[in-house]
Amino acid sequence: MQTSTLILFVLALTVVAYVLGRQRSVQLAQPLGGIKRLHSLPNYYGLMAAVWTGIPALVIVAVWTGMETTVITGTVLSTLPDTYTSVSESQISLTFSRIRNIQLGTIDGSQYPDLVQAGELLQRLTESSQFGKVALTLVISVLGGAYAWLRTSPRLRARPQFEVVLKGFFLLCSTIAIFTTIGIILSVLFESIRFFQSIPFFDFVFGTKWSPQIAIRADQVGSSGAFGAIPLFVGTLLIAAIALLVAVPLGLMSAIYLSEYANSKVRGVVKPLLEVLAGIPTVVYGFFAALTMAPLVRDFFQGIGLDGVSAESALAAGLVMGIMIIPFVSSLSDDVINAVPNSLRDGSYGLGATKSETIRQVVFPAALPGIMGGVLLAASRAIGETMIVVMAAGLAANLTVNPLEAVTTVTVQIATLLVGDQEFDSPKTLAAFALGLMLFITTLLLNIVAMSIVKRFREQYD
Amino acid sequence: MTITNQYTEHKADTVTVAKTEPDQFDIGDWTQTVGDPLLDDPRLSARNVDVFYADNQAIHNVSLDVGKNEVIAMIGPSGCGKSTFLRTLNRMNDSIDICRVKGEIILDGHNIYDKSMDVVELRAKVGMVFQKPNPFPKSIYDNVAYGPRIHGLVSRRAELDEVVETALRKAGLWDEAKDRLDKPATGLSGGQQQRLCIARTIAVSPEVILMDEPCSALDPIATARIEELIAELSENYTIAIVTHSMQQAARVSQRTAYFHLGKLIEVGDTDKIFTSPDHKLTEDYITGRFG
Ligand SMILES: Nc1ncnc2c1ncn2[C@@H]1O[C@H](COP(=O)(O)OP(=O)(O)OP(=O)(O)O)[C@@H](O)[C@H]1O
Ligand SMILES: [Mg+2]
Repeated sequence: MQTSTLILFVLALTVVAYVLGRQRSVQLAQPLGGIKRLHSLPNYYGLMAAVWTGIPALVIVAVWTGMETTVITGTVLSTLPDTYTSVSESQISLTFSRIRNIQLGTIDGSQYPDLVQAGELLQRLTESSQFGKVALTLVISVLGGAYAWLRTSPRLRARPQFEVVLKGFFLLCSTIAIFTTIGIILSVLFESIRFFQSIPFFDFVFGTKWSPQIAIRADQVGSSGAFGAIPLFVGTLLIAAIALLVAVPLGLMSAIYLSEYANSKVRGVVKPLLEVLAGIPTVVYGFFAALTMAPLVRDFFQGIGLDGVSAESALAAGLVMGIMIIPFVSSLSDDVINAVPNSLRDGSYGLGATKSETIRQVVFPAALPGIMGGVLLAASRAIGETMIVVMAAGLAANLTVNPLEAVTTVTVQIATLLVGDQEFDSPKTLAAFALGLMLFITTLLLNIVAMSIVKRFREQYD
Repeated sequence: MTITNQYTEHKADTVTVAKTEPDQFDIGDWTQTVGDPLLDDPRLSARNVDVFYADNQAIHNVSLDVGKNEVIAMIGPSGCGKSTFLRTLNRMNDSIDICRVKGEIILDGHNIYDKSMDVVELRAKVGMVFQKPNPFPKSIYDNVAYGPRIHGLVSRRAELDEVVETALRKAGLWDEAKDRLDKPATGLSGGQQQRLCIARTIAVSPEVILMDEPCSALDPIATARIEELIAELSENYTIAIVTHSMQQAARVSQRTAYFHLGKLIEVGDTDKIFTSPDHKLTEDYITGRFG
């Protein structure tokens, strides 16, 4: 029986257990005067029976499946003579796959009698492991069901018990997300540490030159490679700042218009249209930035007499990115502004305030924590955006805050570093992980700072 | 024929109307308010006011005067239009899209529903305290200072401090609040918040104060303080108060108006309304037979 079939089988047993457990509780309650005599509703007895039948068995399947390969491999290898096992790790795994292949008959094993024997052992172990797994799982499942059946009684506190099970389940779900995050951080961290073994940490964090080319031969030009991350972060922040300068005022104003001034008809049309902006693929924004906005920006500044405006500019990318993130600001702000109770508005009008005074001094401050949330979301979107920058701001890592020059961003560089055939342990590729780590830390800090601002504000006024 | 004449005429057959049985009394045939809705020298007069929510008429042809330095109580069963009528008095209904008002409301010789009327100025003159306390999410000080600031009533901080203190003192909140003026107003208890809202309203020195069930969320002690406050305020202000508590109406007001299904049924001196009302509906209401 395959593992997946086994799991399906256990699930089927679980459903049966639910039905039986439910019926049993009803039966037991019958002579006592109906289900009112039960501690919990029949449903909960069924659910508890299902829990007992399903969960221990599924845990067995998971643990067994997780361990069997390691145990079997270890056992098989331990029977081999030392000549096979006292070598490097990669060779051992090579040997092991040869064993498997001989056993499957894909290669001829007549010259390696040891390996043929090991192959037979592997075969036997695999079969008995499979059998053991199925047998144990089914036995545990049935035993669990039987236990649940026996302990079902009208006084069994099935409802609170099931609540405990549910609580554990929810806890498990939340830890899965947390552990995934931790796993990602750790893997990025380890690669970054390898990177910092070849490039000093401070050269990376405070270096002002970014030129990740590494020569293949020592006599080539630029053989050293420069990994100063400052230009990338300056570029990222520059573009994100331009984008926010566009998105926050526009988004906020449109939110205020929609929630305070527009009647419901206008609102019904404008709001969805605004939200369409969020659905446009970033590549399309990229086209727009590169083909429309960048030339416009260049022509405009040349028109007012500035020379040397490059065709790719931080300004063009930032402007378009700003338009892209307007919906993040406007939609969230609109929601929180609408959530401000009308009684506050009435209070302000009742004192003779005008509409704009009311909005500025009462509605806006009350909505500020939520608006900050929207701005934050927009900011992290802007920092993480890659496509528009690749197309409109270029790849040149200039250290500049002049929005008319070409700049590049962290995410763009990560993408270019990993594109194409690369050795996975050259500093060039590893630099991508270090950049990723830095970016992660930056956005994390940004979030923490913003959250604490919001929190202080909340404590004061809620 | 003026309204005053109608009223005088009406008084003659008051007795017959008042003795009509309630189930025979068809409110649709209602033509006239019983009692004395009109005064000689009113502060605020409503004339033939109709209010509609979309196609629904919530107020039918109400004419009522509010005298100078008078406290007038408005009572009546839930949904009879007390809040609606009160809100027409300083055009708070403007913020409700579907609401339309017909008739005139005259303050200082002008109809407040005239196109030329400045709503901001009107509401500075006719302030409102709401049923539920609605302090702004600002500090206690800023809440009270809000009105004076937007109207530019004071120019220096010291003056503003004084205005805030006076308003809080009048509202009976100064002793509790003086050490925490910079703390958020939302941290006050419900009763304190309501007094803060009253302080906020009187800080702009309105001439008329409209109160919509100001004590409905308060305990008896806080209610008693607010009633004291109303008595004090009535020396300088004109007050219209909506209340569901007959005892409260009896305690604080000089005149009482009884509303029923959007119609003003009877107006008179509070003593009279609560002892010997002329109209059967009023009598039923105050003796607790319905409402
Ligand atoms: N915003 C509104 N939209 C539509 N109808 C409304 C609105 N406000 C009030 N009404 C209607 O107008 C009528 C009078 O309502 P109003 O709030 O003035 O009653 P009330 O006498 O203040 O009642 P309560 O004592 O319960 O506060 C009711 O029938 C109500 O349904
Ligand atoms: Mg009301």
